Amino acid sequence: MNRFHKKHILDMASLSVDEIELILNTATALKEISERPIKKVPTLRGKSIVHFFHEPSTRTRTSFEIAAKRMSADTFSISASTSSMTKGETLLDTVTNLQAMNPDIIVMRHSVSGAPHFVAKHLNASVINAGDGMHAHPTQCLLDLMTAKEAVGKIKGLKLSIIGDIFHSRVARSNIVGFVKMGATVTVAGPCTMIPPGIDSLGAQVTHSLEEAISGADIIMTLRIQKERQNNFFFPSEREYASLFGLSYDRLKAMNKNAFIMHPGPINRGVELSSDVADCPESLILKQVANGVAIRMALIYLLMGGTRDAHSN
Amino acid sequence: MRIRIENGTVVDPSQNLDAKRTIYIDGKKIKDVLEPEDISNPPFSADETDYVYNAEGQIICPGFLDMHVHFRDPGQEYKETIETGCKAAAHGGFTDVCCMPNTVPVNDQPEITKYMIEKARALGGTRVHPVATISPGSNGKALTEMGLLLQAGACAFSDDGYPVTDAQLMRRAMEYARSFDALIISHCEEMRLASGVMNEGIISTRMGLAGIPNAAESIMVMRDIALCELTGARLHIAHVSTAQSVEAIRRAKEKGLPVTAETAPHYFTLTDSAVLEYDTNAKMNPPLRSEKDREAIRKGLADGVIDAIATDHAPHAELEKKVPFDLAANGIIGLETSVSLSMSLVHDGILTFSQFVEKMSLNPSKILKITPKMVASGQAADITIIDPSKAYSVSSKSFQSKSRNTPFDGWSCRGKVMRTIADGKIIY
Ligand SMILES: [Zn+2]
Ligand SMILES: [Zn+2]
Repeated sequence: MNRFHKKHILDMASLSVDEIELILNTATALKEISERPIKKVPTLRGKSIVHFFHEPSTRTRTSFEIAAKRMSADTFSISASTSSMTKGETLLDTVTNLQAMNPDIIVMRHSVSGAPHFVAKHLNASVINAGDGMHAHPTQCLLDLMTAKEAVGKIKGLKLSIIGDIFHSRVARSNIVGFVKMGATVTVAGPCTMIPPGIDSLGAQVTHSLEEAISGADIIMTLRIQKERQNNFFFPSEREYASLFGLSYDRLKAMNKNAFIMHPGPINRGVELSSDVADCPESLILKQVANGVAIRMALIYLLMGGTRDAHSN
Repeated sequence: MRIRIENGTVVDPSQNLDAKRTIYIDGKKIKDVLEPEDISNPPFSADETDYVYNAEGQIICPGFLDMHVHFRDPGQEYKETIETGCKAAAHGGFTDVCCMPNTVPVNDQPEITKYMIEKARALGGTRVHPVATISPGSNGKALTEMGLLLQAGACAFSDDGYPVTDAQLMRRAMEYARSFDALIISHCEEMRLASGVMNEGIISTRMGLAGIPNAAESIMVMRDIALCELTGARLHIAHVSTAQSVEAIRRAKEKGLPVTAETAPHYFTLTDSAVLEYDTNAKMNPPLRSEKDREAIRKGLADGVIDAIATDHAPHAELEKKVPFDLAANGIIGLETSVSLSMSLVHDGILTFSQFVEKMSLNPSKILKITPKMVASGQAADITIIDPSKAYSVSSKSFQSKSRNTPFDGWSCRGKVMRTIADGKIIY
């Protein structure tokens, strides 16, 4: 399959295996652009992309900006503080106004789960979900798939363990769905308070033992522990979390000699991950960042190629 | 030291044993448990024996465990210390106790947990298993570091004395505890309803004292059972005092939920009529209830709904009890009367001897996941010896506890602790 027929990238559940493979292959082909002295191709000249970030984000937003610029698209930014939403405008009002500007793609991050799906229903433009609430973060999953494939060789049969606050993590939800769909085995680990009920129905195996999660894994992904989760009693203290589920290099090596390390960032050094793990040779964290740009270039490229088909249908 | 215990009957429900045996203890372990006809071949000779105990007519049981005591150490050593508490426990037949965390400060830090264990270990008598708090300061506002506390030796978690009012906190505490298969012990009390000083009923009305209705307890029992069902965590209900609580626990067990329960000797021995003379030594929380409740507790013990007998040993200084009833501190000491009062359940035909030992030793061990004690060769020499028919009258003067707040002073009892042996050492 060469054509991409999706109009939106909302979550991993709505992408097929073939579509995911096409995105990964396209990203691999486009990655080379970022390594050229002149890191720009004219492919999407004249296309306009709005970056609508209702929740603060530096990394994801920058990654999308760079991806768009390397493809020569025009970009516009709206953040929660600059949009009229702070003045009481509803999401629907904002979206209707955006529609009037006739953008081709809206890249959207929102603190409310399902907000991008809502916007997609009311817009003619394509919507890329750059993270919604605790629900989904499909571009993160795609860049993780790409990074994992580069490191291990293939996704099928790969063992991924995700450790930490699964409950609040859109990255965990998307990665469980995406990796399982592509034939990997996904194990999640954390204190029971951080493992939401029914997560196994997404295809994940659940353990509360760090040792069990780490020992057999090819790739270990740790998640950021947010101190404010103490407020709703999800965990007692960073000290306890670090001692029970925090990964130091010695601890990692005692349980697993060969596993690679991933983290969606930003890292809480000394809590879920010690510095010697973040910066160790097995760490793929900077590769994840580089692949993030390639995946986002691939997505806007494919969505723009797919728009014509969407119109003809 | 080498000890031989002869002529006694071993009652050990963990191995379904109820028969005459001679026991040989060598050092910290039971060397051998021999049938009378096999004693011609002892593991060590009479010459090599340091101490012989003649247990004629007596019952030899695996060491008893009281899973609910208050030792007031650190912070209120004028009421009890770990030393006096452990001596009282040994005197009462207990090789092991679980200390509730409402000391001053409360046991919410690994350092405090370690202090309690180490202090008892240095004394070499009854062992202490600290229960740590659910919330720092038992203030019901956050979670304690359960993982670190377990590593320090905590055996369970409870905000005993300060019920967890926030259902969300209790839910998370149970969820978090499930990560470690740790036990949550709930002091079930709805604080707004429990604003009285004794059981709500005819007697409180007659005496003009503010009452605490049964619902103050059972509402929280039911809430916590619902949270147990939600989270799958192991829940233990402390000091059950009402018929409604027994019913709720019965239904939870029928559903297969991991719920267990304890009651204290005063709840199956006394009723609120003990308060009639404004006796402050009959004031405790939960309060002594009606005859109907007492019957329900006894039935719950008989049919296994209530798994364990624990004293809620709560020492208070004389000046805290020698005040008008309204102002008196809650709680009574219980370690040195528990076995004798509980033996009456056997004499009354409510429990078999084996069931009695289950409630005092095997079941609390299972609930706490502490290795159950066994009177068998190779096992730790933890033994409680009882004379079931010995009649005596309770004298609080003979107590080892630092406090004297018991309503049972002068009571006539049948059944007495004769010896307590922990790790091969005769500690009473
Ligand atoms: Zn209590
Ligand atoms: Zn208590």
